[in-house]
Amino acid sequence: MGEAKFELNEVTLKRPGRNTAGNVTTVIILNRITTSFLKGKITAVLGPSGSGKSSLLRLLNRLEDPAAGRITLDGQDLKGLNIFTLRQRVGMVWQLPTLFPGTVLENISFGPRLRGISLSRARAKELILMVGLGTELLDRRADSLSIGQQQRVSLARTLANEPEVLLLDEPTSALDPTAAANILHLMVDLKSRLGLTIIFVTHILDQARQVADEVLFLHHGEIVEAAPAQQFFTAPQDPRSRLFLSGQLEG
Amino acid sequence: MQYINIGYGNLLLALILVGITLAVSLWQRLDLHGDLFIGTLRTFIQLTAVGYLLQVIFNLNRWYLVILALGIMLLVAAANAYRRQQERWPGLFFIMLLAIALGGIITLAIVIGIVLKVKPWYQPQYIIPIAGMIVGNAMIGAALAINRLTGEIKAHRGEIEAALSLGATAYLAVLPYLRSALRAAMLPTISTMMTVGIVQLPGMMSGQIIAGASPAAAVRYQVVVTYMVAAATALTTIMATLLAYRYYFTPNHQLKPPAQNNKT
Ligand SMILES: Nc1ncnc2c1ncn2[C@@H]1O[C@H](COP(=O)(O)OP(=O)(O)OP(=O)(O)O)[C@@H](O)[C@H]1O
Ligand SMILES: [Mg+2]
Repeated sequence: MGEAKFELNEVTLKRPGRNTAGNVTTVIILNRITTSFLKGKITAVLGPSGSGKSSLLRLLNRLEDPAAGRITLDGQDLKGLNIFTLRQRVGMVWQLPTLFPGTVLENISFGPRLRGISLSRARAKELILMVGLGTELLDRRADSLSIGQQQRVSLARTLANEPEVLLLDEPTSALDPTAAANILHLMVDLKSRLGLTIIFVTHILDQARQVADEVLFLHHGEIVEAAPAQQFFTAPQDPRSRLFLSGQLEG
Repeated sequence: MQYINIGYGNLLLALILVGITLAVSLWQRLDLHGDLFIGTLRTFIQLTAVGYLLQVIFNLNRWYLVILALGIMLLVAAANAYRRQQERWPGLFFIMLLAIALGGIITLAIVIGIVLKVKPWYQPQYIIPIAGMIVGNAMIGAALAINRLTGEIKAHRGEIEAALSLGATAYLAVLPYLRSALRAAMLPTISTMMTVGIVQLPGMMSGQIIAGASPAAAVRYQVVVTYMVAAATALTTIMATLLAYRYYFTPNHQLKPPAQNNKT
């Protein structure tokens, strides 16, 4: 067992929502999650649609706070950390690309500029190449790119912040197989070269098999199984994991 | 030139105009005659009541009565701006009131105290109609700006949260949408400034001319009024949006989940 980057203890997330009768109530999105994410490892978060994968990532970047429980980063309670520093250290890439109006370069420079740093064009070029795009895109308007290009620019924008942790929500959902393979390589590279801790949500089991060190499997907002990837894929412990791996688990 | 006074006899004759409206409604089966009847009556009753009230304020000529009238004006304007919102929340009424009051009073003080140099400042003849124009426009601006802000935040949750997740403050994350709300609220005023006098003669200027003022003098008043309306709109909308955007965020720079309404 390695060292934990994130530790979650009995974490419960609730949101206002509707019950089946259509009335407003509080819905439990994540229920008493206790787990840890290992430093310098890639953890794949798996689970059917609606199981709470994206919601879990939002908690780690403190876009939302849990109703109960405690989350620590390097042993420090998230609530005790400066929120802006935390969000710089824990970068997030969204399931749907959300670029700002303006050029690609302006998008990539957004994070550093918040801290009064102006990103050099050389560094911007480096980042755009890193995510598998050409440097000629830098001066294009962000909304003129394809969704797949936008998704990779989002990743470059997050990387410009030089985070210690990367939260990736289905980072390849809009990419062709070649581009997707590039991103997976990049993830492994970031992990081994820079020691980044990567938590990534995916629907594609093969991707998790290829790059994940650890697997966290969610179902209905609860942890079904958390195990080393090797073990999860060869000898899943929970019957629901076995159903999921054979493509038979309902959401 | 002699000023023609409108007596009750003249008013009765003005019903010819209502008759024309009624005829159109009946002829084209617009089914508006009920509303038209009520509207005709309300116009007469409301304006008559306000006329008497103003007459009292003018006759007594007391500063506290003027303040009272201004206070009522502000309350009604805030309630109106609040009522026009697609999304209402506790505190929004007070934000409207504060923004309209501050924007209105600052503009009013400049017009009455510095530009016109009215002495004493509370002369109802000046302060009441000028305050009315200021507050009315501030109200429309505030209503427009906050409605736009609410809509923009709803439509751009993704971008706002992306900015937050990169370490932006709530203010920086919402800034593009604050700007577009302010622009939307100020645009009508600015475009009026572009066409005033060419496309339409403003009501106040027309009124002054009818009352016997020389067109040149009336025009100078209208210029001041136009600038004043722009200033009041700008001040009120910027205050309203700066106060209102905070509601959508927690103190920890998190965008609150969208409002859940019990009606589907
Ligand atoms: N903004 C929201 N407000 C209220 N409930 C939400 C909101 N977003 C998601 N949910 C609910 O929270 C639960 C978990 O959603 P979440 O987006 O975390 O799932 P997910 O595992 O990422 O699903 P997917 O694979 O489809 O992206 C779902 O039941 C969903 O309906
Ligand atoms: Mg999701």
